[in-house]
Formats: sequence, structure tokens, C-alpha cells
Amino acid sequence: MRRIFSNRWMTLLILVMLVAALPLVFSSGYYYRVAALVWISALAAIGLNILMGYAGQVSLGHAGFFGIGAYAVAIGPARFALASWLCILLGAALSGVIAWLVGRPMLRLKGHYLAIGTLGFGVLIALVLTSESKWTGGPDGIAVARLAFADIRISGPAAWYWISGVVLVIGAWLALNLEDSSAGRALRALHDSEIATSLCGVDVARHKLWAFVLAAVYASIAGSELALFDGFITPDMAGFLHSIELVAMVVLGGMGSVLGSVVGAALLVTLPQLLTVFMEYEQALLGLIIMLTMIFLRLGIVPGIQRMLARRFS
Amino acid sequence: MKALAAENVGLAFDGIVAVDDVSFSVESGKIFSIIGPNGAGKTTLFNIMSGIYRPSGGRVLLAGEDVTGLEPHIIAAKGLARTFQNLQIFMQMSVVENVMVGRHIREARDLTKALLRFPSVGRQNRATRAKALELLAFIGLADRADRPAGSLPYGGLRRLEIARALALEPRILLLDEPAAGCNPVETEAVEALVREIAGWGITVVLVEHNMRFVMRISDRILVLDSGRKLAEGVADEVRRNPEVIEAYLGRHGSKEAAHARD
Repeated sequence: MRRIFSNRWMTLLILVMLVAALPLVFSSGYYYRVAALVWISALAAIGLNILMGYAGQVSLGHAGFFGIGAYAVAIGPARFALASWLCILLGAALSGVIAWLVGRPMLRLKGHYLAIGTLGFGVLIALVLTSESKWTGGPDGIAVARLAFADIRISGPAAWYWISGVVLVIGAWLALNLEDSSAGRALRALHDSEIATSLCGVDVARHKLWAFVLAAVYASIAGSELALFDGFITPDMAGFLHSIELVAMVVLGGMGSVLGSVVGAALLVTLPQLLTVFMEYEQALLGLIIMLTMIFLRLGIVPGIQRMLARRFS
Repeated sequence: MKALAAENVGLAFDGIVAVDDVSFSVESGKIFSIIGPNGAGKTTLFNIMSGIYRPSGGRVLLAGEDVTGLEPHIIAAKGLARTFQNLQIFMQMSVVENVMVGRHIREARDLTKALLRFPSVGRQNRATRAKALELLAFIGLADRADRPAGSLPYGGLRRLEIARALALEPRILLLDEPAAGCNPVETEAVEALVREIAGWGITVVLVEHNMRFVMRISDRILVLDSGRKLAEGVADEVRRNPEVIEAYLGRHGSKEAAHARD
């Protein structure tokens, strides 16, 4: 049972079936919209899972990269007349380069110190996006031109459901490939013991840095998707609360589990919508559900359930 | 050929001298033991040789090459592997995956190919796993390969560390208290294991408190006390050295040494 669920292809198959089959039960555009938001958040969460779940390095400023991706597709087309799709790639490249430059000194820090260091980075990005209003529209945000190929404009929940779904599956495939490779094993090993890992011949600093760069690129692409989908962005997207939300998705779903990141994202995106019937108790209930989940499924939802099933069937 | 040598190596932490002007060399393919009371600087010496600490003075030579102050992963790539007194197991990985990590320097490590899952990545994974399973069979853990590493008993974890170190195909293997916490039967198994490893031509350097084990297995023994080299020689020389008996073994130890003679 455990093997079935931890299998690379099984995870991918589940995701593909979910993306393909969910529209069968959708009765309005609203469902497409919520689901697209889930896929977009899940992409960022899968990236952060490479850093947190595999390598065990926390980032409390990851929304900063999400913001860079979002503002790249806002500013690029408006100010430089660049194609939106090109700006997605440029934003991702910029995020990767910034992650590489920031990560080199920062990833020497460990644990709480790394948390505060990355938090500072996120705050810095959000601050720049807020204060450079000539470029970014300031705290009020900025409109984003729709994605277009040649003369075909892509907008609307259904179109974005499929785009974000396909990108998610590709992102999950890459992360699963990484997990089952020499580099992936090295990342998961340094999570437990950096010293033992380095004495196995692994350049620990380099592996952490590449995990950070990859996580940044994932977040940046997710940010670009959300900006193009919504057509409007504000600096909140790069803010501290969003960073925390991304971390919560990874931990709640289950560290190290690609499927877990998707489940975590689905919960944190859909629960607030579902809980609106409870009116003013919505936030309190959301908090309570998160607390109870972590108390009863300490490993996170997906690994926690995997372990329960493994016990039952072995 | 000297597989490993330390030349006047010293290290102090905040003015406290942990290792003081220690020199020794190990012949290729031999079993060399480092003994001494707690705090003598044995593990510190291991940490210097494996690149975890940079010595404040002296040189470390690996097959004649100066490796002083190089990073641990570079020293590992030059063929030095080690185990740890306080076990450093990758608890969240399976038993076989722990050993597979040890194959790192023997694998192609192109990140792009890994992400895009080139066919070579799958082939390499299978080869790495096969080699890891071979080593698990050697240390007697083949039937536990796909269990979580954390499910192994203490003795199993000790042997797993040895298998992981061997996966690197080292020229030199540093074993930090391989028989710690083992009962007499397990100690004998460790002894047989170490002898077999040395038989493959791998130079073994070990730190150990179990005197009988050390006296039986070692080609040469280095005695440390308070970071300083007290004596070096074959088992009989060390055992008879009055300074060693006096300063290190003490009353209790000399009794134990007498036992070890039979």
C-alpha cells in the first residue's frame, strides 16, 4: 500500500486524473476559478516542498519570488512591450538569479536563523514593490494585460483551469523526477544530517542552493500565472502572510510529499470559501482545522494517511 | 605507501587545546587504531582528517597528497569515508536509500537530466540500488532494505553506517567506535567485518574503547592522552609501555590489559 502511494507514476496518475476529471462535476465558472487558484498555489507549494520537504531548509520569504513573477508579467508587457509568455520566462530567470545571489550567503544559516533571514528577504521584496510606485503602481496594485498568443487572447476561468492544471502536472513530474535521483537523495539526506551527507561526497552548500533556485522558479511561474489569470495584482501577493500561507500548505499537506503539497494548497484555498457559511467564525474554524490536522496527522495529511494505511495493510 | 598521515597536527577551541602536535602515519591496507581516555582528542582527530575541522597547525596527507583544510565532500571524493560515534543516519530514508546516498560520487549528477528523467537516470538508479543491496547483503541487512532506517535496532544502524561508508568505495575508512554498545557476540561480528574490509585492501583507521577488540585486531595502535601522542606501536608494545599503563590505562585499565593478553 505504502509503495503504491509513494510511487512516482501513481502520484502523477492521480494528479492527471484529478485535473482531467474535476470539470465533470463543475456546474459553473466559479468552480473552475477556485480550482485554477488551487493548481496555481499547488505549483508554488511543490516548489517550496523541494526546499523544505526534501532539503529541510525553511523559507519564510518565498512569496517574494511569487511577487517577482507576478510583477514581471505586469511590468514587462506594459512598459517594454514584451510578450506576456516571454515575461513569464524572464520573471522565472530573474527569480532564479536573485535566489542564487541571495541564497549563497543566506543558506549558510540554519534553522531559526535561516527563517529570519529569508523572512527579511520577503519583506524587502514586498517593500520594494510597494514603494516603487512609478513602476509597480504602489500599494494599490497594477493591472495586468491578458495572456495572448498572436491574436488569441487567453482569459476566463476554464482556460486558466487547463493551463494551470497542465503546468502543475509538469511541475509535479519534474519534482518527482528530482526526488528519485542522485541529487534528490542528497537533498533528502542533508535534511537529516549535513555532516554525514557531506562525507558521502555531496557538496551540501551547492545542493541547498540549487533547491532554493528551483523553489524560486516554481514560485515565480505560479506568481505569473496568478497575475495573468486575475488581471490585477497588489504587493500583498509578495507579502509575509502569503509566505506563511505557502509554508502552511507544504507542512499541512506533508513535508516531502508532492501530492501533499497539492492537498495542502487545495485545503488552504478552498476551506475559506467553504467556511463562509459560518460567517464571522470562518477564520477561527480555519485555524481550528489546521490545528487539529497537525495534532492528529503530525507528518501532514498525505504522509500521515499513508502511514495509517501502511499499518492497516501490513 | 602511506595511505594516511598526520604531520604535527594541532587544534585548539577557544584556547583549549584538543589536539596537540600529533603525528602518525598509516600503511596502506592495514588496521590502525587510536585509543585514549575520554576527551583525549580521538574524535577531534577524526574530524580533522575528514575535513570537518580545519587544524590550526600541521598537515593531513592522503596517499601523499596534502588535503589539510579541504571541505569534507572533497576529501570524501578523494577516497576517505567514515562512520560516526553518535550515529548520523538519514532517518527519514529507507535502509537501502541510506546506502545509495553513499554512492553519490560514483554517480553522474547532471541536474537537468535528473529533472527531465533522461533514460540514463533510471539506469543509474537501478545500478546504484543493486550495488547498495550487495553491501546490505554483506553486512546482513538485505532483508530490511526497503524498511525505514529508523526501524533498525542499534546494532543494525552501526552496520548500516559501515555499508554507507563502503558504498563510496573508499581507499581509507575511518570507523568511530564501531563496537560501541555491542555485546560480545556482536563485537565479534564487527571484528570479522573489519578484517574482511581490510582484506579488500581498504586502510582502516578506528577509534575504539573496547581494549580486547583493539588489541586483537590492530596492526598498529596510537595512544592519545589530553590531545597529545603518548605512544605508538604494535599491540604488545603499547600494552607493555609503562607510560600508557600509568597515564592512560590506570588501575582499572591495566587489569583489563592483562585480560586481553589471553
